[in-house]
This record gives sequence, structure tokens and C-alpha cells, in this order.
Amino acid sequence: MSSQKRVKNSQSQGKPSQSSNSYQTNLSAWKVKEDLSDSKSISKHGQNNPVEDYEHADDKAEDALQIAVRYFEKGPTKTSRSKDKTLEKHLKTVENVAWKNGLAPEGIDVLLNVALSGKFGSAVSTQILKCMIPATLISEDSVVKAVSWLCVGRCSGNTKVLFYRWLVAMFDFIDHKEQINLLYGFFFASLQDDALCPYVCHLLYLLTKKENVKPFRVRKLLDLQAKMGMQPHLQALLSLYKFFAPALISVSLPVRRKIYFKNSENLWKTALLAVRQRNQRPSPEPLKLMLGPANARPVKRKWNSHSVIPVLNSSSCSKECGKKGMSLSDYLSSNGSFPLEQLKSFPQLLQNIHCLELPSQMGAVLNNSLLLHYINCVKDESVLLRLYHWLSQTLQEECIWYKVDNYEHGKEFTNFLDTIIRAECFLQEGFYSCEAFMYKSLPLWDGLCCRSQFLQLVSWIPFSSFSEVKPLLFDHLAQLFFTSTIYFKCSVLQSLKELLQNWLLCLSVDIHVKPVMNSPLETTLGGSMNSVSELIRYVGWLSTTAMRLESNSTFLLHFILDFYEKVCDVYISYNLPLVVLFPPGIFYSALLSLDSSILNQLCYIMHRYRTNLTAAKKNELVQKTKSEFNFSNKTYQEFNHYLTAMVGCLWTSKPFQKGLYIDPEVLEKAGVAQYKSSLNLVYHPALLSYAASFLLQEWPEERTVNLSSIRGKKWNWYLDYLFSEGFQGLKLFIRSSIHRSSVP
Amino acid sequence: MDSCDTPESTPRQRASSRLKDYFIGATPLQKRLESVRRQTSFVPTPSRRKIPQCSQLQEDVDPQKVAFLLHKQWTLYSLTPLYKFSYTNLKEYSKLLGAFIAAEKQKGLAVEVGEDFNIKVIFSALLGMKGTQRDPEAFLVQILSKSQLPSENREGKVLWTGWFCCIFGDSLLETVSEDFTCLPLFLANGAETNTAMIGTWFQKTFDCYFSPLAINAYNLSWMAAMWTACKMDHYMATTEFLWSVPCSPQRLDISYAIHPEDAKALWDSVHKTPGEVTQEEVDLFMDCLYSHFHRHFKIHLSATRLVRVSTSVASAHTDGKIKILCHKYLIGVLAYLTELAIFQIE
Repeated sequence: MSSQKRVKNSQSQGKPSQSSNSYQTNLSAWKVKEDLSDSKSISKHGQNNPVEDYEHADDKAEDALQIAVRYFEKGPTKTSRSKDKTLEKHLKTVENVAWKNGLAPEGIDVLLNVALSGKFGSAVSTQILKCMIPATLISEDSVVKAVSWLCVGRCSGNTKVLFYRWLVAMFDFIDHKEQINLLYGFFFASLQDDALCPYVCHLLYLLTKKENVKPFRVRKLLDLQAKMGMQPHLQALLSLYKFFAPALISVSLPVRRKIYFKNSENLWKTALLAVRQRNQRPSPEPLKLMLGPANARPVKRKWNSHSVIPVLNSSSCSKECGKKGMSLSDYLSSNGSFPLEQLKSFPQLLQNIHCLELPSQMGAVLNNSLLLHYINCVKDESVLLRLYHWLSQTLQEECIWYKVDNYEHGKEFTNFLDTIIRAECFLQEGFYSCEAFMYKSLPLWDGLCCRSQFLQLVSWIPFSSFSEVKPLLFDHLAQLFFTSTIYFKCSVLQSLKELLQNWLLCLSVDIHVKPVMNSPLETTLGGSMNSVSELIRYVGWLSTTAMRLESNSTFLLHFILDFYEKVCDVYISYNLPLVVLFPPGIFYSALLSLDSSILNQLCYIMHRYRTNLTAAKKNELVQKTKSEFNFSNKTYQEFNHYLTAMVGCLWTSKPFQKGLYIDPEVLEKAGVAQYKSSLNLVYHPALLSYAASFLLQEWPEERTVNLSSIRGKKWNWYLDYLFSEGFQGLKLFIRSSIHRSSVP
Repeated sequence: MDSCDTPESTPRQRASSRLKDYFIGATPLQKRLESVRRQTSFVPTPSRRKIPQCSQLQEDVDPQKVAFLLHKQWTLYSLTPLYKFSYTNLKEYSKLLGAFIAAEKQKGLAVEVGEDFNIKVIFSALLGMKGTQRDPEAFLVQILSKSQLPSENREGKVLWTGWFCCIFGDSLLETVSEDFTCLPLFLANGAETNTAMIGTWFQKTFDCYFSPLAINAYNLSWMAAMWTACKMDHYMATTEFLWSVPCSPQRLDISYAIHPEDAKALWDSVHKTPGEVTQEEVDLFMDCLYSHFHRHFKIHLSATRLVRVSTSVASAHTDGKIKILCHKYLIGVLAYLTELAIFQIE
């Protein structure tokens, strides 16, 4: 057996290193290195820096440590009485330094050899092992050398146990593990020893790679299991073996996972924390934090799956067995693929993306951000189809408003939807399964259950033809919209705004990839633009009706204008040939609103419309060729109409000159026969209070507030006052749309 | 389209290809979505169906196996396509599933694959059990207990049986790629815990998803009409309907049994289109039964819920349980169940 040969090799490597010569060189090398290093250890000793007392003490300790190490290295002296005392002293020194700062790799190398050679006796070995705490790392060589001592039979059983416990505890601090992995066969053989078995199991659990899993080892483990019964440490190792080679072994673990290993590191618990702190570097994968799997999984009631989302497992036999005539040994030798459980960082993903083992259940990717990256760029349609099927069925099965009596699982379903939404946000893309789920479930939805999640799903509907989706989705949503509270209406508008934004982003990425000139895509783009404008008009219709239902609520109007803030900027922000204006019901409600922030927002939107339309016009003139996407004159006319109305209401005091006739009698009754001058920046209902406080602030001595006095120079001061009060939208609007020569 | 020349261009290219695909409807995923849209916008499903006929393909089926499937109560499940399932590996699957069950039974103890357990798993193909040539082959999974005594018959009694089939599954077949095997209808007979265990293994191994397939009253009345319409040489059972009245403390069941020939006569009187069953005919057929019952008992059955239909062809319960009695119409019954299963997984 090859592994045993390897053990012998390493043994023979280990033996010559017993000679004190090699130690000597090692130690001196260590000293030189330390002198050069900028660490705060002995290097300071040689320089005559004014050091603080406590650092000085440190240096002293380091000195003493060197002496102690050299002492241990030389071996026990003959005179027994002084021996005890010096030994104790040196042990104390090592202990103190170890627990305070940890030992350098070279120190550990020496002391580990001392401990396992047993030259000071078993009690001292134990004491030394207990304080083998690294400053930062442990070199792999020291461990290999130490293991070689185990074969000579010079150390007691207790020392062996302690050594394995130490190895498990310090496993993460060993700098490499390749050499140690070569000793796999040796460790495996140590399973025979009943006392060592639990600790060796733990070590193997940490060490096992796919290629270590062999049929003869499986058989050996099963024999051990038969002999010792159901032991948690054997279970752990067996389940790991099954994970690597499901075709060789089958084990099912209790639903509530036990603790497999007794906490064998507890001897060094505080020390480990300290080492970790010393070693702390910026985390290599911050991504992991975003989408870590939920640790607490509720026990699921049926089909013995533990949670809604399957646990991440490498693809099991299905893939391998799919190849014809593949025997078990073939299966084991296939090591070309990269196992999922080793995937820890983004660079790893990039390096192994061509040979990544996919999870056996694709649903598991929802909990793994790295695999979501993979999903995002994979071209294999079957990966997406697997996810599609799983997600559709799970949504259908878990959806709580399908069930009469299952409201206790509401929390679970909400969490599941949250996970999906997180994944969608991460991918910046909606899942088709969610869309299909919404088609089916929206007609049955009460508008309350998981509202926030459901509406977020709406905003992630993948881009598609609006007219096709409307009867399946938006018509149902409209029914709920009109019959629900104003808060629901606002949330729907908010998610439709996000939907619009997602669609626009998706299209704007697309349009820049391909030249617009080639004809088949041009029609495609035309179709897409049509779909988007239909969505915008639909929201316009919803908003107009909602304004009537909610009697022109300012709160609602804010959400509506938020939506149009996106709409007005499509041409410039997303570089898409589309300008859709708001319906009159929204425009006039906003223009005559009593709320000054609404008016300000309206001004901003009008300003952006103007910028977009001018840019479009300019491009048209430059290109000259008649493009499909030239806006019709109607859009410009519509905008100009709104603009005239706005300038009339805010600036020139000539509101509604065209197309609007109000019976003078009505005006007289309302007491505003002079209505023409009653609407401008001063008299506008939303700004009246600003005009008054402007006068009070500037001329506090005036006894009456005379609004009509705001004209000429005062008008300009008033404007500055408004701008200083935060009317940025108004400022932009006036700068762009009004020529100041027309100051009244 | 170029495959990725520069790595950074890949996601963008993909985005654009998606968009283009959307308009052409090219990818399997798109096809699926379109089919979902179709399904959702035209509820209810087809307003006319064929009356089950004796199919050619069915004659290839091993009569012994068919006999095994008849007269048993099956619990229905819908199943999403199996990923990387291969008919050449049935033996291998038997071994793995056997080990899985053995391990599950003794939670915590590992077992070697291929070891001799006291249960035996057999995967076998049900050749010819299909509607069209395109339908994938159906297959059967049996769990047998092995007798402990070597002298006795080694093949012990059947503990659990389940089978997977797809009859006229065209609408599903065209929306998946070749890595998948579409067997949307799964029927199980045996302890629920066994079904759960075996289902779990399939879900883990082939990344598929089982959902219980319930049959609503609307579909039950379709079954009643279609099965009554079948020509029978001799009737084996009475035609019986079961309605449930949801009232407390105990629910009230109303059973309504008709002589099968009377039922057939009623059907013939409402049936007009030869070879087909239409929605109007189904409604009319049920209305006739309702009014007949009302005349006698003054109870409006239309206000209650139909929960079971039994005929000489088959009997079905709203819980998703079915028993097929007639060999001749086996395929016809399965075709309708496949349709319901596909509807559920879309």
C-alpha cells in the first residue's frame, strides 16, 4: 500500500533530524532571521533604543526563552538535583512566553521534537505540548517531524492523545497541509487505537480530500463501526466520505445534527483566540457575509428535508453514473472537477469555473453568493431549467395563501421570499419562476400576506411584452390597487417605479452591446420601447384614477411624481429613445397643489423633460436621417402646452390662456374675479406663505403685508429667498425655461 | 453569437441574447414561460378532449406488468423533469437506492453500497407504456423484503411500489433540453414514509421535485364523463359518485350509485360530437344527475363538493388517489392524469 510506504519515508526523514546538529543550525537560522525581522521580538535587543520598561521585560523574556529552548534541545543533564530546578525554571519561561505572545515556528519545531522524543519523561512532554501555542503559524515540517516520532514508540499513550488533540486544535495555523495529507494512510491506521480513535477521526475529518476516499478505507470504517457501534466521530467521518463518494457508502444522519467531536481544543481555547486575533487580516471574501446560509433551520415536517432550500451538496452519482460503463474505480479517479465545499472565494471561482461541480440540487445556489455569480454567467440552459423547476414548485408548495390551515408556516414562507429577493437583487435580474408564480398566485392574493415581499417580486418581473403580461398580472394587481388603502397604493406605485427602473437598466445595457443600425434589432428595440411606454401609460392611468379615489392626496402624489422622476429622464439617464409625458390629471393636480414640495418636484420634472427633449431634438438634427425613434410632434406639443400653463401660473400671471374658459360669474362667486393676477409665484396657494414670511423677514417694520408689492427688484429678491428655502427644482425650472427679460 | 472572447463582455452578451431570445422565444426557459402564460390566460384547460381509445402502443406492454398496475390504489404526484436520468443505469440506481433506504432505516449507521440488506430494490422499465413514440419510457420501482430464512423464497413480499410515466406529454417535452427526462406523473402504492424516503432520494439524485397531485371537483366531473363515455364489453362495477357536504360536527357524505348502463344511456343522450367530449357535454351530464337527484331528495348537489368518482374504467378521489380497473383504457386514464400533472408543474 502506497500510503504506508510514504509513512516509512517520512519516518526515515525524521530520524536523522534527531541529531543535535540539525537543531543547532535550525536555531541559529532562527536567530538570524529574528534579528532581521521587524517584528518586535529580539531585534530590539541589539539596539540601544530607549525602550519602555515593559518592552524591556519582553526582551528579557525572549532572552530567557532562547536559553530555555537551548536547554531543552540539549537534553537532560546528569546531576539530578539542579536538573529539577533548572528544568522547572525553563519550563516556566516557555509557558509564560507561549501564553503571552506565542512561540515562533522555529521554537515550536524544537520543542515539539523534545516533547515527542520523550527525553524528559512523559510529564514534561505533556507540559510542553500544552504550551505549544504559535505566535502566528506552525510550519508543516515540524508537524511531519513530530508525527515521525509517533512511530518510534518513545512517547506514552497520553502524550499521543494530547498531540492529536493539539494537532486538531492548531490545524488552521499549520502553514501547508500537502505533506501532512501524504501521511493520511498513517493517520488512518491509527484509528485502530481505541484511545486515539476519536481524535484521529477528527484530524482525518479535517484532512480528507476526495482522493483520500478509497473503497478499502470505507470498508475499514464500516468494520470499526460494526465493532464500536454508532459513534459520533465515526459518523462524521463516514458522512464526509459519503459526501465525496456517494456511490460507495450511504449514511443518514439524525435530523438534529449532533456535535460530532468533543471539543478537543478546549485546552487552548483562550490561546487560540489570541492567535486568531494576531493573525487577523481583512476577510478574503466579504461577499460571503451578504448571503450566508441561515444557520438555524426549522425542522421540516415532511419528505425529511430540513429546510425549504436544499443544503449545498456536490453533484452526486447522477452525473457520474450518466456516463456509460463507469465503474466505481473510475468514479473515484475522476478528480478533474472542483468540489463545491472547497469553493470559498471569488478568485477560486474564477480559476475553476470550467470544472466546477454543480450542486446536486440546484436550489441550493440561492444561499450561496459565489454560485449565484456562476448562475449569472452560465450558458448551460439546463442549470437554469433545474433552478426554474425547483423554484416554481417550491413557491407553489410553500405559498401560504394556497393553504387553508397552514398559516403557521407564514414566517418560513416570508423568509423564503426574502432569500429569493436577495438573490434577485444580487443578480440584478428576476427569475422566470417567480413571474410564473405570480401569474398563478396573484388572483388569489389578499394583498396583505407577505405584502412587502410580493410587491418586491413584482419589481423584479423580467422584461417582457407589456401587453402580454398585463392581463396575467397588472389587471389583477389593479383590482387590489383600487380597493385597498392609500398605503397599499403607494407601495404598488413604488414597486412599479422599481420595475420600470429594472426594465430600463436591462434595455440600456442591451442597446449598447449591439449597434442600433442593424435592422432586425431595430424592430426589436422598437418593440421594447413600446412595451416600456405601455407600462408608463398604464401607471399613468392607475395614478390618475387613484388621485380621484384618494381625493388628490398629497402623500399619494409624492409617490406618483417619484415615478415620473424616473420617466422624464429615460432619454438621458438610460440613453433610450423614449419620452412619455404625464397625463393631465397628474400634471394639473401637481401644479395646483397646496403643497410646496410637490410644486418643487413638478418643476424639477418639467426641467428634466425639457433637457431630455432638447437633447433628443439635437440628436435628430445631427443624424438627419429619419429614424424610427424620432418623437412625434405630439410629444413636443404636449410638453409645450404644459410648459405654457406652468409659466402662466408661476411667472406671467396669465394662467390658462388657451383652451380653458371659466364663466366670469363663477369666478365672481368665488371672489377671484381678478384671477389672472392671482396665480404666480407670489399668489400660488403653495407659495403664499413663503411670500408672506419673505415680506415679514425682510421688512419687519411694515405693519401690513402687501403681497402685491413683490415686483421688480423685490421679485428677484423673493426668488433668491425661495431658492434659499430649498426650491432647487423651481430654480432649475426657472433657469432653463424662463428668459429673465420677461420679469414683470 | 460569438462565445466569450473577452471575459468581461460575457454577461452583457448574455443579457442581449436573453432579450433577443425573448422575442424569438428560443430558449427552453422562454418556451416554458410562454406555455405558462398560455395556460394561465386560457383557464380552464381545453374545452374538448378525446374519449380514451385503445392505443396501439399499449399492446407492447407486458400483460403481467399491466395486471400488476391494475386494481391497486395509487397515490398521485406530479414530478418535475429528472436531470441526468439514464435508462442504462437502472441497476446502479437499484444499488444506491437500496443502500440509501438501509441507511435511513437505521439512522446514523453507515452502510456500504452493494451490501446485502434485507430489502431489495428493483428498477425496471415498463416498455411500451407511452402515448406517442416521443414519450419517454415509463419505469417501475419496487421495494421487496427479503425473507431471513434462506430456504424460503428469496424474493419476499412487495413493500412498496412506485412508477413514473408520461403519456402524451408533448407540451412538456418541447420545453426541456435533452439532459432532462420528463416523467411528470408518479404513482405510489405503499407506506407514506417509504414514499417520502424514496422521493427524497430521487429529489437529491435527479434534482426533481415531487408534489402531491390533488384532483379538483372540476376535473373529477371530466373524469366521470370521459370514463362513462368509454365503450365497455362488460361492466365490472357500478358507477358511483360521492359528494361531501362541509358541515359540523361531522361532515356529511352523499353517495350516488347508478347502474353503469343507465349512466352510459344518460351520456349517450347528451353526447353529440363523436369521439370527443366537450365542456358543454360534461356540464350537461352532471346537471342531469343533479336534477335527477333533486327531484327525488330535494337536495342541490351542485352546492356540495364532488370528492370521488368510480366507474368501471377507474375510480378517482379528490385527495389524489386513483384505482384503474380496466386494462383497455389504462393509457387513456393515464393521459388525462399526465395532463393534470403537467398543468401542476407549469
